[in-house]
Parts: sequence; structure tokens; C-alpha cells
Amino acid sequence: MLRIPCPFCGERDHTEFSYGGDASIDYPPIDSTDEKAWFEAVFLRDNPRGPHKELWQHNNGCRMWIVVERDTMTHEIFSAVPAHPGVKAQLEKEAAK
Amino acid sequence: MTRYSAWSVIKNGLTGQKGWDRAWRDPEPKESYDVIIVGAGGHGLATAYYLAKEHGMRNVAILEKGYLGGGSVGRNTTIVRSNYMLPGNTEFYEFSVKLWEQLSHELNYNVMFSQRGQIVLYHSPAARDAAARRANTMRMNGIDAEMLTRDQVRERVPHLDFSDSARFPIFGAILQPRAGTVRHDAVAWGYARAADSLGVDIIQNCEVTGITREGGQVTGVETTRGVIKANKVGLAVAGNTSRLTAMAGMERLPIESHKLQAFVSEPLKPLLDYVVAYALPGGHFYISQSDKGGMVFGGDLDGYNSYAQRGNLPIYEDVAGCAVALMPCLKRVRLLRQWAGVMDMSMDGTPIISKTPMDGLYLNAGWCYGGFKATPASGWCFASTIARDEPHELNALFTLDRFERGLQIDEKGAGPAPKLH
Ligand SMILES: Cc1cc2nc3c(=O)[nH]c(=O)nc-3n(C[C@H](O)[C@H](O)[C@H](O)COP(=O)(O)OP(=O)(O)OC[C@H]3O[C@@H](n4cnc5c(N)ncnc54)[C@H](O)[C@@H]3O)c2cc1C
Ligand SMILES: [Zn+2]
Repeated sequence: MLRIPCPFCGERDHTEFSYGGDASIDYPPIDSTDEKAWFEAVFLRDNPRGPHKELWQHNNGCRMWIVVERDTMTHEIFSAVPAHPGVKAQLEKEAAK
Repeated sequence: MTRYSAWSVIKNGLTGQKGWDRAWRDPEPKESYDVIIVGAGGHGLATAYYLAKEHGMRNVAILEKGYLGGGSVGRNTTIVRSNYMLPGNTEFYEFSVKLWEQLSHELNYNVMFSQRGQIVLYHSPAARDAAARRANTMRMNGIDAEMLTRDQVRERVPHLDFSDSARFPIFGAILQPRAGTVRHDAVAWGYARAADSLGVDIIQNCEVTGITREGGQVTGVETTRGVIKANKVGLAVAGNTSRLTAMAGMERLPIESHKLQAFVSEPLKPLLDYVVAYALPGGHFYISQSDKGGMVFGGDLDGYNSYAQRGNLPIYEDVAGCAVALMPCLKRVRLLRQWAGVMDMSMDGTPIISKTPMDGLYLNAGWCYGGFKATPASGWCFASTIARDEPHELNALFTLDRFERGLQIDEKGAGPAPKLH
């Protein structure tokens, strides 16, 4: 079992989460007509053996999307932060207080 | 190479088994070859064999980082079938079944192809319609398929749960009589022995660490045993594809590496004569009984990117639940072994057998769950693609650029989500 440290709920079994894949992708703006940019964002992946930033949704918990950094060879988890940049910034601010 | 025959078995049986040669050599790598194949899994070995046999290219090396057959070719659940629906897949997998039917003779090696038939269950009237469509598509393409009613399924596999309280009530099934299982290790060994006897060098414990190029042309590979030159390099490294293409400067591919587990129980008396599978939301499962009596089964991927050849516990629970839901009599059977392999999951669930933007670099990848059954056809097509520098008609649609051109072959209709294929 992977144990994912949800920034909102604490450490939980990964079966409480669903997997959302590579979190390093920058999708083009929704009205973009740049086909190459869409192709790259939708289909191409680094697929590293080693540290990998990936999305998980805590759907049997707080329902938040989080970005987990995990090693795809050892399965070691290095960090878990909210996926939403505003929420992440707010949390960091709270922590700094 | 001494030919294997009934006579050689009897003779060696009577003379203390002392007359057997080693099945393949253990050569030192030469300085250069006409073709280098990376990866001594089923696909790499088959490719080298057909290069030598069909295209007369015998100055060929296969480089393997571990030992031959140590990857997914030795880890799969050995199911062979050709029940596909989309153009590209239908002909390709049927061609593969036809090669399987001749393979033991072709290689002079008993690969134990057992055409016991595969039964794919359906569990609702809507699923019956979908199954009828599939069976009709198969038959129109000259592939054997029969629709079985619930009672006909029961006659063939009486131990399934036909009770009123069944978790997934059985409405019927498609049977492909020519589908079945093959002894997977024998496939690796048979191709290895046959390729070696045609002059192919199989070099084990030789990891490729770099791909050398000049301009847009491949010139060879760097390995843990030195630089080896070749103007044609074919990659057949299954779950490690992204790592190899990155060495050639192709950083990103429409592929993710995931792991799939398989399980085998303690041996039982004959219980299940067919391969049985079912797939529906809430349960995905396939099972067969090996010649030694073990129940061999598996289900879904673990569900997250991984290069680790070991599985995680939630899938044990999931697959065991599926097993007992299907065959309640398995409830008290003990598991003997469990393992996992790394799968190259493509973005549309369909493989890639293709040239690449780099001259002399050829790609065989994206096999998802189904690469074992494809082994002979994949080797056949990849060898042809490498030898003639253009795709064979059977792999003409398995291109690398199909994603960019909107020509995906998405059998499941699952979209660009590798873990769903
Ligand atoms: C649990 C499980 C069950 C499966 N069940 C089925 C099934 O029932 N039916 C079916 O059709 N398919 C099945 N598959 C899929 C099938 O096994 C694979 O798609 C297929 O074996 C992959 O092709 P291969 O045999 O060439 O791969 P592999 O045997 O994995 O060969 C690739 C080789 O490349 C080598 N390699 C990697 N990197 C390097 C490097 N840098 N240098 C040199 N060598 C390298 C590896 O060591 C490996 O030996 C299953 C897979 C798994 C894991
Ligand atoms: Zn949470």
C-alpha cells in the first residue's frame, strides 16, 4: 500500500485516492487552436524511472486534487501539496505564520 | 544445432541424458553488426529470428541487460486470442494466431500451444448486444467466434457461479475456440535457440546505456560491455521504452510504464478446461488452469506509473474478490506465487511497430496487456520493417505519428489514458 500524506487529511492509504497521471503537463489555454501544443499535452509523457510529479484526487476523503512527488522505481513519496496554486499559496502562508 | 525429436528424447533417456547440446551460445559481442535488437524478450528474439530466417540477415545481435526471458515474456499469463474489432488489430492478431499454430514445428521446439478456447462472459442484455457485434465482426474477418447461451456456458464451465445470488449474473459468452495458452518460457527459449542456430548473437548481461548517432543517423549503441556499432537499431524493451528513446534524444512518447500482477494457486486436479475472462465496471479478471494444475489469474493494473517489478496489496484483494465472485469453489484455495511485470501502456491501447524520426532507429513498443499473444506477428512485422526500411502491410497502421494525425486505434474507446487500456 502506498501511504499518501494528504495536506488536508494526513497520511492515508492510496486506495482512498484516484490517480490522475503526470502533473507536470502544461495544458494550452482552453480556446487555443495550437494543434501541436494540444498534441504534446494530451499524448506525450516523460514517463521517468525515478521522481515523478503526479496528480491524485482524495475522493474518499477531502475530495481535493493534490500533486504527489513519488519515485516510480522505489515508490518512495517525497511530497504532497494541493494541486490548486491558490490553495497551495494560502497553505504556505499559513504555515509561515 | 541437433534437432529435437521423439527419437532424441528416447535415445537420451536411455543414455543418461548425456547427449544434449547447449541450446544457444554465449558469444562475446563483435565490434559491429548489421542490425542490433535491444531486449531479449519475446518480441526481440522473434524479430531476430525472422530477420535471419525471412530476410537472410544473419549478422544480427540481441542485447539483453539481464537474462533472456527475464522480462514480461516470462511473467505473463500466457493467453493467446484474436478477438479484436478495429482494422489494424483484427488482421494483425489473427495472423499471430496462425503463426502460433505452426510455431512448434517452425522452431523445432514444443511451445505447448493449447487451443483450449477462450470464453469471455457477458452479464447484461446490453453487453450481449456488444458481444454479438464483436463476434460478428470477428466472423466477417474470417476469425472463429461463437455466441454461447447461459446454458452452453454452464455445460463447458460448470464451476462458475450460476446461482441467483451471483455477484455478476452470467447471461452468456463469446467463445473463440482457437484461442488458448502457450508455455511462455518455451517461446523465449524456442526463438532464442532457433535464432542462435541461424547465426544471431544473443548477448546477455549487456545493458544498453546510450544510442550513438551522427546527424540524423543511428551508428550504434553504448553498452556495459563497450560500444557496438550498427546502422540499424531496433528497440524491443517493452516497459523500458521511454528510457531507451530518451537515449536517442526522443524525450517524450505516447507511453506510460505501469505494472501488472499475476497470481498462481497451489496445483489442483483438472477443474477448468477453458480460458475464462470477464470485464465490466467493477470487475476485470481472467483465469486459466496450467498444465501443472495451478490456477493462473490476473486482473487490473496497479493503477499508477511504476517501473518496479513487484505488485501492491490492494490488487490482491481486488483480484481475489473477482476470482471468488466468478468461481466460489476457489474460496479456500491457497495462493502459491504472485509477481508483477512492467507494461508499456500506450495512449490508445494499441502497439507501435514503426520507423522513428531518426534514420536507422526502429521502435517496437506500447504492448499493454496484450503483447504476449502478439509475439510471433510482432517479430515478423518488426523484422520486415527493419529489413526493408518500410512497414509491412500488417503493421502499417501501428505508426508512432498516428497520435499527432488523429489516427489512434482505440479498441476500448477509453481515450488518452494509458491506465485504462
Ligand atoms: C502479469 C502480466 C500478465 C500478462 N498477461 C498477458 C497475456 O495473458 N496475454 C498477452 O498477450 N500478454 C500478456 N502480458 C503482456 C506481455 O507479457 C508483454 O506485452 C510482452 O511480453 C512484452 O514484450 P517482450 O516479451 O518483448 O517484453 P520483455 O520480456 O519485457 O522484454 C524486454 C526486454 O528488454 C530488456 N531491456 C530493457 N532495457 C534494456 C536495456 N537498456 N538494455 C538491454 N536490454 C534491456 C529487458 O530486460 C527485457 O528482457 C502480460 C504481462 C504481465 C506483466
Ligand atoms: Zn484529503
